[in-house]
This record gives sequence, C-alpha cells and structure tokens, in this order.
Amino acid sequence: MLINLILLFVLLSAAVWTVMTTRLIRSIVGLAFTSAVLAAVIYRLNSPLAAVFELSVCAGLIPVIFITTVSFTHRISKEELPVARKERLVRFRYLPFIIIAAGLVLSWCFKIPQFNLPAAGPKEDVRNIIWYLRHLDLLGQIVILLAGAFGVVVLFKEDK
Amino acid sequence: MTSLFIFAPFFLLVIINFPLGFLKGRCAFCLAASLLLAQVLLAAFHPWLFWSAYPDCLRQFFGFPLAVDNLALIMLFVIGIVALVSLLTAQDTLAGEKQKFNFINLLLVALIGMNATVLVTDIFSLYVFIEVTAMASFILIALEKGKFAIEGAFKYLMLSAIASVFMLTSVAFLLLTAGDISFAAVHHVLTNVPGSFFLKLAVGLFLCGLLIKSGVVPFHGWLPDAYSAAPSCVSVLLAGTVTKISGVYILLRLFSSVFTLTPALQNVLLFAGAISIVFAALAALTQDDFKRMLAYSSISQVGYIILALGCGTPLAFVGAVFHFFNHAIFKTLLFVNAASLEKRFGTTDINQLEGLGEKCPVTSVTSLVAMLSTAGIPPLSGFWSKLIIVMALFSKGRFIYAGTALIASIITLAYFLSLERRIFFNKGKPAPAAGGTATQISRGLNPAKNFSGIACAEILLAVFTIAGGLGYAFMLNTWFLPLKAIWH
Repeated sequence: MLINLILLFVLLSAAVWTVMTTRLIRSIVGLAFTSAVLAAVIYRLNSPLAAVFELSVCAGLIPVIFITTVSFTHRISKEELPVARKERLVRFRYLPFIIIAAGLVLSWCFKIPQFNLPAAGPKEDVRNIIWYLRHLDLLGQIVILLAGAFGVVVLFKEDK
Repeated sequence: MTSLFIFAPFFLLVIINFPLGFLKGRCAFCLAASLLLAQVLLAAFHPWLFWSAYPDCLRQFFGFPLAVDNLALIMLFVIGIVALVSLLTAQDTLAGEKQKFNFINLLLVALIGMNATVLVTDIFSLYVFIEVTAMASFILIALEKGKFAIEGAFKYLMLSAIASVFMLTSVAFLLLTAGDISFAAVHHVLTNVPGSFFLKLAVGLFLCGLLIKSGVVPFHGWLPDAYSAAPSCVSVLLAGTVTKISGVYILLRLFSSVFTLTPALQNVLLFAGAISIVFAALAALTQDDFKRMLAYSSISQVGYIILALGCGTPLAFVGAVFHFFNHAIFKTLLFVNAASLEKRFGTTDINQLEGLGEKCPVTSVTSLVAMLSTAGIPPLSGFWSKLIIVMALFSKGRFIYAGTALIASIITLAYFLSLERRIFFNKGKPAPAAGGTATQISRGLNPAKNFSGIACAEILLAVFTIAGGLGYAFMLNTWFLPLKAIWH
C-alpha cells in the first residue's frame, strides 16, 4: 500500500513537472520518467508485458521522436523569454486551488461506489493476441507513427 | 477484398515516398486521384465480385475482421468524393510542389484512418483508427504553419485528447464487463445486462467523447477556429468527412446497432441536437468571415443529424444518414466556394468580399445551389433529408423539437441569403479590373483566373446536390431505406 502511494505521488509529481517546466528537453525527460514510473505501476498490477511496452515505447521511443522534433526548432530570444515564462505561469495560478476544491466538493457530494470489476487477465498468449488477433490495431499503430514522422517533417523541418 | 480500402492507400503512401523524383509531383496526384475515384466507383456500384472475392493467397495478409454494409458503403462513397474534391482544391490553393506532396501524404493517412473507422467491427480498433484520422488532421490544419492555424490545431488536439481519454476509459470498462469488445459482443451484453452501472458509465463516456469529436454545442469551441484557420483544401476535408466520420458516423453506427438507445440517452441526444441547431444558426448570423460562418452552419447541420438519431426510430435513422450524406456534399461545396474566393481575392472576410462575386460565375451559381440546399429549399437534396427528419419527429410526438428544426431552417436561409446578397449580388462596390491589381498579382492572387481544379470540384458537387434532390426517390429506395434493417 505504501509503495503504491509513493509511486502515485512520484507519478503525479513527474507529470506536473513535465507540464510546468519551461524547457522542452527537461519536459521530454520528465515525460520519459513519468512513463517509467507508470511502467512500474503497471508491473505491480500484474501486467509485465504491458509494463515492458510502456517502458520501451513511451519511455524510450517517444522521447527520441520528441528530441528529434526539438532539434528542428530554434531558441526563443532572451528578450522574449521572461515574458513568455511569466505569461505561462500566470495562467495556471488558480489551477491547484480549483483541483483541490473540485476534489473536496466531489468527495463530499458523492459516495465513492464499490468497484467490483472482474480482474483483467489475458486468456491467450500475448504474442497470439498481438500478431493474430489484434493485427489490425498493429497496422493502425504503424500508421500513427508514420503520421507522427510526417508531422515532424512537415511542421518543424523547415524552421531550422 | 474489403481490406484493400485500408491497404491500397497504405501501399500508395509507401510507393510515393520512394526516393524517386518522378513519383513526387504530378504522378503522386494522379495516383491518389485514381485511388479515390476507384473508391467512389466501388462504393457507388459495389460489384459483388469485388466484395465477395477473396483469393486464399491474400487471406493470410488481408484477413482483417472488417465488415461492409449499406451504411459503410455510403460512408466510403462520401469519404472518396470529399477526399477527391479536397485533392483537386489543393492543386489550385496550396503553394509549391512540396506542400502539395505533403498534403497528399497526409490525405492518404487520413484516408486509411477514415476507411478503417467505417469498416472495423470492434470498439478498440475503432478507437485506434479515430486516432489515426485525428493525427493526420492536426498536422493538416497546421500545414501552412500560420499563427492561427497552429492555434486551431492545438485547440483541436486538446479537446480531441480529452475525447480520447473518455473513449479509452469506456473501452476499458466495456472490455472488463463484457469480456470482448466486438460490436456483436457488446450489443449482446448491453441487451442482456441493461442495469449494469459500469456499462451505463461506459456508454455515457463514449457518448461524451463522440459529442466532443462531433463539435456539438457545448463542445464546439475548437471547431470554428480549426475550420477557419486551416488551409482551404483542409477545411474542405475537415468539414466534409474528417470530423463527421470521427464523431457523427460513429454515433450513428454505435447507437443504431451496438449500444441501446435508452429514453435518457434519447433525451440527451435530442437536447444536444436542438441546442446545436439553434445556437450555431444564431452564431452564424453574426459572423463576418465566410469560413467561420460555414463552420457554425456545419455545427447547426450536425445538430439535425443528432436530433434525428435521438428520435430513435428507423425512419429518423434513415433521415439522419440521408442528411449526413447531403451535408457532406453541400458543405464541401460551400468550403470549395470559400477556397475559390480566398484564392482569387486573398481573404474570406465578407466585408471585403462585398460585390466581388460577379467575377467568378461558377462559384456564384454553385454557392447559391449549396446554400439553398443547406437551408432545405425544395427540390434540392437538403430539403428531402430535413423533411424526413421532421416527419420522424412529428410521428414520434416530438413537436417542440420538430418546430425547432423548422424554425432553424429559416434562420439558416436568412444568414445564407444575406451572405449571397453581400458577396454575389451586391453591385455597390466596383469589382477589380480583369487580371487583378498589381498588389493582388504580386501576392499570387488573380480574380479573373479560372482555377480548373476548383471549378471541376464545384460543378461536380453542385450536380450531386441537384441530382440528389431531383432523384431523391431513387436514392432513398436504393441507398437509404435499406438502412432500416441496420437499426437494432
């Protein structure tokens, strides 16, 4: 229980840092770290293969694509930087209070229902599922990656 | 051979990206146009040999769990025709061969996503291919990298991400409670265990996600920005198919043959539809930008489809699909008209376009056809689909909603006639000299030039709109009335 709470806290902290940090590279590192913690959570939920996918794709492959994208961009000027930083943070100043207030109101208004969901567990071999049962989704994922690559080339390459 | 609708664009995407120079320019355009034309013809005439043939050697590679029915055929036709028109428009509106080539690549990615969305038979695959389509659309909106285009794409991305979270959570609940996520299995569980809290939650979450994707009021914030900021050829694609397939089609598919339409859900859909119709029609009245007005008009017309779906009868379902089809055709035509004006005069601001329409007679005539059809004026196609929807609402005793639909049609007519008068019939402002002013020509604008791609697209769609109206009986009997069999 304690480990779960610690993991949840680290996961949320890393996710918030990923969104709030002003430097893109730090944000990418934060995302990779968030994914790594999430992989640990998934592992603890008895899904080791899903954890491996999360670790390899979201903590490994995706940051590489993001770093490639960032390498195509250019630096913001020194004059623009303080203004951008200030404007960026000012927008979020009420967010923590809103989230806490919403959480308090919701927990006060609604009783949390008892979740009696059946446990997830693959009845078939995962290899079978990926290559024979869900191969259409695999094709979809390939196309999404292809679209992501097009996006990087189309939107960022000429800006260098 | 149904899998070819996914594989053919995929292979074409790979082929045109081979490092061979001659494949990049005119050749890529011709190949993509041929593919889209083939899709339109196959969907329109559906030769049984093509759909039933399945050589054993291909089964191993193409053996995906896909299904095609009348609804899927209509959607494949709409996707093909709108994508073809968008491709033709792109040839006249995008600057430079590289930009055109990028557009063709992303169009093919979107085509894979949309075709697969229409053909899949389980909810997770549906989610995957909605994401494929959305991914291509974000990039397409920001294709020209303007400030507003990037802002529009970002808004769409954010709201789309929220919709994706809703849908993915719903898929997880369905998988856990039903044990399977094929349409048939989910339908079986929903009809046999109607009171399950998690199933209700799953259906509710999926509905929320789809309403966001459809751009229905109050989830419409992203839509006018995305449509108006995107390049013209992309607006054509977005308004005609992308947002309709990713949101409205899935609502039609799921609530006709997978989810159960409970009275509570019916009320939600009816209310969302009516609010969208009225709010968006009133918002369109106040717009000064042609594309923004069309975007609000699009939300209003989607409201009619949602309203018909919420009515919950087979006749209303037929009306919803018929209006979906008509809306795809006439709204695409209107966005092509906007592209034509933007290319000629460098703006879509109605105040600046006042009195300039006489320079482009094809745009003038075809826009009038499309606007009258949108407002539901007989005998154009929009009239018949709206008539069916209103009849279905009356027969179900939903008089207030039927009245709302009728009144909103008058508002639609009002803002479109005002637009027509200002741009195309107003003689108050002198039109620019033939060939355009020096400033216009230096900006690549030419009011007097004929753009063959745009003109072809306008004429093709106007013919469809008129033919759909005059031949409504044939279309209803052959394409739309058989859809009653799909309804639960």
